[in-house]
Amino acid sequence: MFSPEGQKKAEHILSRYPIKMNALLPILHLAQRENKGYLTPEWLEHVAEVCEVPATHVEGVATFYTMFKFRPLGKYHLQICTNIACGLCGGEKILEHVEQRLDLHAGHTREDGQFSIEEVECLGACGYGPVMIVNEEYHERLTVEATDKIIDELEKNTKELPEKILPLDRPLTA
Amino acid sequence: MLEETLVLFKNVRQPGYSGDLASYQSSGGYSALKKALKMKPEEIVNTVKESNLRGRGGAGFPTGLKWSFMAKGTGKPSYLVINADEGEPGTFKDREIMLKEPHMFLEGYMIGCYAIGCHHGYIYVRGEFVPAMQRLQEAIDECYQSGLLGDKIAGSDFKLDITLHPGAGAYICGEETALLDSLEGRRGQPRTKPPFPAVAGFNGCPTSVNNVETLMNVPSIINDGAEAFKELGPPNNAGTHLVSLSGHVNNPGVYELKMGVNLKDIIYDIGGGILGGKELKGVIPGGSSTPVLRPDEIDIPYDFDSLAKAKSMMGSSAIIVFNEDTDVVKFLYRIVKFYNHESCGQCTPCREGTNWSRLMLRQFVQQQGTPQQLKRLYRVGGNMMGTTLCPLGDACAMPLRAFLEKYPEEFQAHFAEAS
Ligand SMILES: Cc1cc2nc3c(=O)[nH]c(=O)nc-3n(C[C@H](O)[C@H](O)[C@H](O)COP(=O)(O)O)c2cc1C
Ligand code: SF4
Ligand code: FES
Repeated sequence: MFSPEGQKKAEHILSRYPIKMNALLPILHLAQRENKGYLTPEWLEHVAEVCEVPATHVEGVATFYTMFKFRPLGKYHLQICTNIACGLCGGEKILEHVEQRLDLHAGHTREDGQFSIEEVECLGACGYGPVMIVNEEYHERLTVEATDKIIDELEKNTKELPEKILPLDRPLTA
Repeated sequence: MLEETLVLFKNVRQPGYSGDLASYQSSGGYSALKKALKMKPEEIVNTVKESNLRGRGGAGFPTGLKWSFMAKGTGKPSYLVINADEGEPGTFKDREIMLKEPHMFLEGYMIGCYAIGCHHGYIYVRGEFVPAMQRLQEAIDECYQSGLLGDKIAGSDFKLDITLHPGAGAYICGEETALLDSLEGRRGQPRTKPPFPAVAGFNGCPTSVNNVETLMNVPSIINDGAEAFKELGPPNNAGTHLVSLSGHVNNPGVYELKMGVNLKDIIYDIGGGILGGKELKGVIPGGSSTPVLRPDEIDIPYDFDSLAKAKSMMGSSAIIVFNEDTDVVKFLYRIVKFYNHESCGQCTPCREGTNWSRLMLRQFVQQQGTPQQLKRLYRVGGNMMGTTLCPLGDACAMPLRAFLEKYPEEFQAHFAEAS
């Protein structure tokens, strides 16, 4: 199921571990990227073959972690932190504002497939709160105005987003 | 006026410093690695032991001692695994290190690998830290290109590979045995101990798990010696540390401070005082799991032992400040909700206790508290303490009980009208 390019990346990842099973998390990340951001039963089985573990093991692992998804997300995935440090600086207000503006509750994806909102736990940037991740890019010290500007750009599709690449996906130079 | 003491961030604070290999080397970087590769591995372990370096991941365990526990002569490979899962709310220093000074950490890591005889190191980075992972991977690539990683590192006979391993969103994987399970390709659930990782860790091999910042201290210990390191703090609390300061202060951020400086000065000098000129209501001194301090309790040295004496913890050196406008009940509810969400579910006291505490606190948030419920909440907290496989149960119970003890009036203000 991996594309030829994906297969090469998978082999590179596997070569970095003593046992194939050890590569399960990075291979699941890779599979999720190949399949536009979510995993299906077929992909779980494929990953099981690649990592030489039972498919039930892969399912048990994949469902344990919040970053693996089993349904398509919106083109823009907004993760907003409402944990305590961000909360003290207005994280909840940002979340409420984004929910109202996009007419979408946290934990859901809009029907047109443009946006998903997720309320998340601490993102490890607490001194620069409130924090929101758009796809993989951090946005810090948010105000309602700054958030609106980001969403304006996303709606107009003028925002440049970094390419979705995890470090392990690319071959090492050595 | 309290100021930073710059060892770890001496380059980072230079204007225009990029943190790439050339800039790190031009400020003397990788000289400690070269020196270390000429020493015997045991000598390095002993130097780190003498320096009194204590882990910066939360528990403050002596690093040299941990390394000396590594099982020897097992015929299995040894591993030094890095914990870069940084997830304790309030903590954001490891991300800063990876983004701004990846090479000083990598140099310390390489020295650590040499000291314990690890030939393939894994850095477990939390999955959300994609920009930080990319920065760190660039630094690793630079090392491979210039012969600092690979078959003969820095011209020695020592072979070392380093691989970044992305996590996938689970706070509990910061606990070291859960981290190892996750690294092996399993659900990240804490293991029963013994065996300890030093005997059976990654894939059943002897393993030491250390925090990013812990290893970043090693180059200066090797270069300047254990004594110089010890002088940077009170006895048994050596060195500088990266303090994450967040919440209601004027200047939040990551600051490098000597161990043992005054906590109040950190908030008022370094942090620039309370946001908006408001009154201070409380301080969480070491990440969200550590017991809160009231304003009259913060005139103390900021180090492991002094915080323990104040019946709290320095944890991961993450100070969260909150002002008079904060609704303590809602604040605690948010903390408990976090631990409830992150409980891995293996132990009944943690799985049930975090959930019941959350539900009871929600009643208070909704102005439906009762005196009986308050007592019950305190008791549930007590039943979680020390009764679980890993310290996550305690991490929920400690702040819970401290808030109930120190701010009773706030909870009473959330009683239902009738009671
Ligand atoms: C629930 C839980 C979460 C933890 N999260 C982290 C973490 O995110 N980063 C970290 O370095 N240590 C974390 N720790 C501490 C580790 O278990 C371990 O003590 C640490 O990685 C050891 O490194 P050190 O000796 O260098 O401090 C956590 C512990 C617990 C119980
Ligand atoms: S204390 Fe909680 S998180 Fe830790 S092992 Fe038990 S259930 Fe899991
Ligand atoms: S509390 Fe929001 S990033 Fe830590």
